[in-house]
Amino acid sequence: MAKTGFDVDDIRERFPVLHQEVNGRPLVYLDNAATSQKPLSVIEALNHYYTTDNSNIHRGAHALAARATDYYENTRKSVSSFLNAPSEEQIIFTKGTTEGINLVASTFGRKFIHEGDEIIISAMEHHSNIVPWQMLCAEKGATLKVIPITDDGELIMEEYEKLLSSKTKLVSVLHVSNALGTVNPMESIISMAHRAGAKVLVDAAQSTSHFTVDVQALDCDFLVFSAHKLYGPTGLGVLYGKRELLEEMPPYQGGGEMIKEVDFSGTTYNEIPFKFEAGTPNIADVIAFQKALEFVSTVGKEQLLAHENELLTYATEKLGTIKGFIPVGKAKHKVSVLSFLINGMHPFDVGMMLDAVGIAVRTGHHCAQPLMKRFNIEGTVRASFAVYNTKQEIDVLYVSLSRIAKRKN
Amino acid sequence: MNDIKSVQEEIIEEFSILGDDKESTIFYIMELGDKLPPFPEEEKKEDNIIKGCQSKVWLITKTEGDKVVYLADSNTDITKGLISLLIRVLSYRKADEILDSDLYFIDKIGMGSIIGSQRSNGLAAMIKQMKLYALAYQSKLNA
Ligand SMILES: Cc1ncc(COP(=O)(O)O)c(C=O)c1O
Repeated sequence: MAKTGFDVDDIRERFPVLHQEVNGRPLVYLDNAATSQKPLSVIEALNHYYTTDNSNIHRGAHALAARATDYYENTRKSVSSFLNAPSEEQIIFTKGTTEGINLVASTFGRKFIHEGDEIIISAMEHHSNIVPWQMLCAEKGATLKVIPITDDGELIMEEYEKLLSSKTKLVSVLHVSNALGTVNPMESIISMAHRAGAKVLVDAAQSTSHFTVDVQALDCDFLVFSAHKLYGPTGLGVLYGKRELLEEMPPYQGGGEMIKEVDFSGTTYNEIPFKFEAGTPNIADVIAFQKALEFVSTVGKEQLLAHENELLTYATEKLGTIKGFIPVGKAKHKVSVLSFLINGMHPFDVGMMLDAVGIAVRTGHHCAQPLMKRFNIEGTVRASFAVYNTKQEIDVLYVSLSRIAKRKN
Repeated sequence: MNDIKSVQEEIIEEFSILGDDKESTIFYIMELGDKLPPFPEEEKKEDNIIKGCQSKVWLITKTEGDKVVYLADSNTDITKGLISLLIRVLSYRKADEILDSDLYFIDKIGMGSIIGSQRSNGLAAMIKQMKLYALAYQSKLNA
């Protein structure tokens, strides 16, 4: 299965962190759904920014400020084309997915959600896409409704249909489940919501790193993701919104950058996107994020997805032969994530034993406790694959996991 | 010799044979947990859970003569292994002895780096609770 131009060894070369030993074994990093590693180009861009361009943006009357501003705004343009947004003014930099959701909850929510309204989420949401809505509903006297899922970890679309009504003001659902890997049918979710007159927020934290996400094709009203899961730096995220909504929404935080004119008798706000970017933003990480987007585009989203799918299929089949291996989440459409249990063993123990041989996985509830309760479990072990992982690494996982599973099976 | 010090020396000796290999060390600790005497199911209740541990740990005591006896269990094997080490050192001893004990074997075998800082805090919480039970027993004796 030769994939033209795709060379995983070459890709691995670009990720310095992968080339180390952990507990005397070569590191096998399979915790990519938590955060991905960063290519050297991103690391060097951070270094370069601080050694040559560091300056505050949008206001300085000097060369460095102009340079930093250009680079910062260039990333906004790149993100805009990455998402196929109609314009770069609709790209707002945040701290991450969590802040993006909170921003929408406290601006859109503050203005458009009223007593008796309903917000719909799903049973597989990350806590970030549950708690802000619970807080908003409590404040407004609105109600949170939850789309149930099947035992395989798929949304029950008929139940979703039943939940939608004229009371529904917002549907906020994740694109890809961080705990199960399920890819949700976002187009249908959005068009059904729109027919009911509701807006839709897409939590794309786990999708933008795996396949093309086109906000115009989806026709979503809001979309949020984190740079750090997409080969970029931590502490940075993106909120995309439809122009008319962003323009109508009140500001999120007050401060510098977000104002047009301040007077003690009243303040007028800046245009979008600046209205939502109060204070000095995360300049360095925004600038370095450009390199992460370039990395993804040089690899090519199709090649990246094909490689990851091959790994996921290989891992699911191979680990499935281990006695006592129980996969959690068997949706037909999945990406990157293999969540599982070993019969008779606590996920913590499995994770600890894997760590002892240099294999990094995540164990626990994956910030999705309601989902774990749905499956009557405390947590799972989760292996999640990125573009730089290899079949050999899955073989290493297989060998260790077989030995571990033998303890109880 | 079966005093607290010699039992600790025994444990240090056993772990030194395992050397630096983390995998065998972890497997070994879990095997120790497998040999822990059974814990009464009806005692697996909220009141007996030690606070401050990541995993669930249940601990109860009884007395045999003037000795304090510990029974414990956990929902994770690694923690069971850790408890079994503590029980091996502290169980079936007089309260005074338990209270005076210095559990230096934990540092000596490099437990901190084996289990990480979060679990080390859990381990400290277990020791504290075991000593508190011993103290309660001692106060009862002196009352
Ligand atoms: C689906 C999903 N939503 C939201 C988040 C929160 O992202 P962040 O912690 O970067 O804000 C995550 C991260 O794990 C996630 O996987």
